[in-house]
Amino acid sequence: MALHVAIDRAKAVGELPGVVETVPTMRSLMVAYDPLAASRAELQPRIDALIARGLPTGLASRRVTLPCCYDDPEFASDLAEVAKRTKKTVEQVIAAHLASPFKVYVLGFMPGLAYIAGLDQTLYLPRRSQPRVRVPRSSVAIAMDMTTIYPFESPGGWHLIGRTPLWMFDKRREQPVFLAPGDSLSFQRIDRKTFDRIAREVDAGTFDWSTLVKA
Amino acid sequence: MTAALKVVRAGLFDTLQDLGRVGFMALGMPTAGAMDRVALRLANALLGNPAGTAGLEIGVMGPDLLVEADSVRVALVGPISPALIEGPDTPPKALETDRTHLLKRGQVLRVGMVEGSSTAYLAVAGGFALPSFMGSLSTYARAGVGGFEGRKLAAGDALPLSLEQAPPGDDRKLGAPFDYGSGPVRIVWGPQEEYFTAAGRNIFVGSDYRVSREADRMGIRFEGPTIAHATSVEKGGADIISDGIGPGAIQVPGAGLPIVLLADRQTVGGYPKIATVASVDLPRLGRLLPGQTVRFQPVTVEEAEKLRRDQESRIARAIADFKVARPPGGIDLARLYEENLIDGVVYERSPG
Repeated sequence: MALHVAIDRAKAVGELPGVVETVPTMRSLMVAYDPLAASRAELQPRIDALIARGLPTGLASRRVTLPCCYDDPEFASDLAEVAKRTKKTVEQVIAAHLASPFKVYVLGFMPGLAYIAGLDQTLYLPRRSQPRVRVPRSSVAIAMDMTTIYPFESPGGWHLIGRTPLWMFDKRREQPVFLAPGDSLSFQRIDRKTFDRIAREVDAGTFDWSTLVKA
Repeated sequence: MTAALKVVRAGLFDTLQDLGRVGFMALGMPTAGAMDRVALRLANALLGNPAGTAGLEIGVMGPDLLVEADSVRVALVGPISPALIEGPDTPPKALETDRTHLLKRGQVLRVGMVEGSSTAYLAVAGGFALPSFMGSLSTYARAGVGGFEGRKLAAGDALPLSLEQAPPGDDRKLGAPFDYGSGPVRIVWGPQEEYFTAAGRNIFVGSDYRVSREADRMGIRFEGPTIAHATSVEKGGADIISDGIGPGAIQVPGAGLPIVLLADRQTVGGYPKIATVASVDLPRLGRLLPGQTVRFQPVTVEEAEKLRRDQESRIARAIADFKVARPPGGIDLARLYEENLIDGVVYERSPG
């Protein structure tokens, strides 16, 4: 998935007039263009030529551990339903989530929302058929083979199984988005008391984010 | 003293918006920006502002704004009924929309109801003196960024103005209200039309869809006949591996009803997208109100591109067709006196 890098480079030297931006994902690359500056018929062959020329590869990697509280029913509104649908106990669902070897693939949907693949396959479920109108900030959720953390209160169709006290987007930080594509990731279970303590630090801006990362 | 428009009463959904925070979707940052970019551009053009200057997007009911500047020229574009201006010593007077107005210190602009569209715009000559975030002033309230403190306006906010006083010149108005078109909303199929049965696709383009109450800057949920997925929802037929969501993408979750995604839309999503609204009709979507119905009509990519270019020509013609706005009933002696004599002196002393 490095076509976007090739397109960004070509764009920077004026080779792709009309291209506005790209959105890389695990399945496809979206290329946005300004129809007043270029047509699809002009751009498609130029992008095909970039692919034929060969694409750059490689992503840097960090090991990140995120605290997650699964215990409060308010945090984990879908945990019981997930357990029922996957024929597990609630504790088994939590254990499977904690044991999953996650990796961050794509950021999107909202600023700082990461698509994190690697969910234990016994937890695979489709999204809810009717998305929720309001999912609370920092909800930890699963759907299909992925987990995610909602950076803001927003609509959402994933199953909510816990909550982290961290904010996935904090405009006060120099890098407002914490996670990055390529990060290896796991969750660490915390109780409500620890959740509240970390939440206070995050809110005050005193939380030390470097404690979450191992090189 | 800093020139400002002070919010003495907030409206319901007043946010500052420009043409969007473009180029950061790969970080998950939505574009945001004006829901009806045509109206915002006309408002800016009436004032001689650059097209991308941020203006106030107003929905349902507008704010009351106190002029805390020597003078300010504002443009109101959209169906506002009515906007009123009142001074400390003068009774409320109705202001026409789709034109500019010169306001003086101490006057209060009461922007009334927005009727017949979900959005109307108020722009100011010279723009607002606020910091941009990631290259744009567009408010994205979910992340608390852009605009005025990253949120909709509240009573007591003072919106700083770039100009201490209005630039010289006549008020201007649209030659005619902009024609957004009234036929079907044009769409281009895909990117995932194959996730739906042929019958489902026919239902989608052959039925009326009604705007539900769940309609906001993020998108519009429509009500109407359900669209069948090609694979059963139980077997994941309403799930895709998430991909990018362009403006006007129409996703259809398991329940089978279309959701059109607009300015504050998420950058990627995992429901299949049956079609995408042609950019020419996005401003119309940005005007729809709950209860209104639309029909969707497929066009090719080439047709969609041409429709957009044609609309751009019509915007250019609308701008070329601006008229000098005279007060109703011919010559307004008071206005002549104020503007030509008193303001003329001020302007000579500080041109530009």
